[in-house]
Amino acid sequence: MNTIDVDRSLCDNHGQCAIAAPAVFRMNAEGILEYEATVEDALLDEVEEAIDVCPVQAIFLKN
Amino acid sequence: MARRIIVAGASMGGLRAAEQLRAAGWDEEIVVVGDEAHPPYNRPPLSKELLAAPGSAEEALASVLLRQRRSAADIQWRLGTAVAAADLAARTVTLAGGEELAYDGLVVATGLRPARVPVPGPRHGRHVIRRLEDALGLHRELAPGARVVVVGSGFIGCEAAATAVSLGCRVTLVEGSGGPMERPLGKRLSDGVRSFLRRRGVKCVPQQRVVEFLAGDAAGGYDDGTHLRCAGVRLADGTEVPADVVIEAVGSHPNTEWLRGNGLDLSDGVLCDGSLRVVGAGHVVAVGDIARYPDRRTGTGARRVEHWATPADTAKIAAPALVAGLNGTGAPEPAAPLPSFWTDIFAVRIQGVGSPAPADRIDVLEGDPDRPEDGAALGYYRAGRLIGAVTSALPADKQLHYRRLVTDAGIPADSRLAAV
Ligand SMILES: Cc1cc2nc3c(=O)[nH]c(=O)nc-3n(C[C@H](O)[C@H](O)[C@H](O)COP(=O)(O)OP(=O)(O)OC[C@H]3O[C@@H](n4cnc5c(N)ncnc54)[C@H](O)[C@@H]3O)c2cc1C
Ligand code: SF4
Repeated sequence: MNTIDVDRSLCDNHGQCAIAAPAVFRMNAEGILEYEATVEDALLDEVEEAIDVCPVQAIFLKN
Repeated sequence: MARRIIVAGASMGGLRAAEQLRAAGWDEEIVVVGDEAHPPYNRPPLSKELLAAPGSAEEALASVLLRQRRSAADIQWRLGTAVAAADLAARTVTLAGGEELAYDGLVVATGLRPARVPVPGPRHGRHVIRRLEDALGLHRELAPGARVVVVGSGFIGCEAAATAVSLGCRVTLVEGSGGPMERPLGKRLSDGVRSFLRRRGVKCVPQQRVVEFLAGDAAGGYDDGTHLRCAGVRLADGTEVPADVVIEAVGSHPNTEWLRGNGLDLSDGVLCDGSLRVVGAGHVVAVGDIARYPDRRTGTGARRVEHWATPADTAKIAAPALVAGLNGTGAPEPAAPLPSFWTDIFAVRIQGVGSPAPADRIDVLEGDPDRPEDGAALGYYRAGRLIGAVTSALPADKQLHYRRLVTDAGIPADSRLAAV
């Protein structure tokens, strides 16, 4: 299983991850990030994109 | 023998290109040559958080180093080494020490360097912000109470002015011919940003340019024997603004000199087609700030996009195009990435999507652009079509909403056909 961890002390709620991987990351109506803690292999490409576009490098993937 | 792709430039563009080459299936050699001593690092903090509080040099570097994909593990890095020249017909590059390296494919990712204000005056005591060392050196001079003059009111000038105020400096912003960030934001929001900067203590001087750097005595002098340092600026109307620190933020020049003599169009960066292939060269692509490519979304011709998102966006198109060319397979469809940018000024985030600059009409979509710190959104239209949107101090889901509107407005049909 692939686990996703966003370091909330870094995350600035930029929302770029939600554009790159909408199936995994969402911005709620308060503008705060919500995300899936685990993802299937099929979504790994999207998650890597999200990691690339996060301006503060807050997203970590363990598999 | 394994084939080799050389990537010139080891910043974000070079790194993303190398990673995307692996993602496109290139499992042969990749050599990344960069003139900076550090592995690729992130530049936005250099005018913001890192300029405000860098910590030690090691801490500063650690805070901005870019994480690399696992697939980048076997890339060969030649750091601290400039590419001096290229012979695209012979497919070789010459490194600064004289070493010649042959390549099968080449990625141009040498980015930009800051422009300097072309007026007379002492050289010492003037700063630019592009590299980590620039930010560390400037931070040391931004002592509380220091008088700072920032020349130029683009993103980096406005951010540096805000950071200097937050450190307790007394800051004058000499705007130049356009208002604060006027080119990317348009006049309406630019005027609002000026009011905001003033409310927070920046002394904005609109419609003025610097005609001379004033000379002052440098206690102790410099290694090169000079005893003069920049002690302020003279403006076009004759006003003298004294300063302890001068920051030049007047735009940048593409680092294309090493490509000269190959018959390329280097008039502003490197001219590319819609797949980021360099026009007039075989098996050469460009990524990042240096690439000038057709803006099919606005249909306004080729231009460079100097934003943080550009290296990743362009690498995703350029890398598969280069690999397809080298393998003789069909080129992938040219893509039209949607540009996006952000800037942080006194903790107010302004985010943009699309291409606001060529707009012929700007509408306020919500809020009051005169008070950008309280939340505002603007829409940018060209021939009636929404080509860009900018939000200020609004939550990210709002930004995503406006982004969707710009995406839905699509690419004009005629420019789809006109793609190079
Ligand atoms: C201070 C600052 C703040 C910014 N803030 C933001 C922001 O808030 N939001 C945003 O969207 N964008 C921002 N940007 C823009 C963003 O950082 C750039 O778009 C991005 O760095 C472009 O990456 P690049 O790899 O194309 O070019 P560069 O980062 O310029 O990298 C080019 C590399 O090539 C090297 N090089 C040059 N010539 C040679 C040669 N002949 N041989 C070998 N190596 C060479 C250079 O030294 C450099 O390391 C900011 C930029 C700066 C400088
Ligand atoms: S892109 Fe990064 S900073 Fe922005 S919401 Fe996602 S994790 Fe947070």
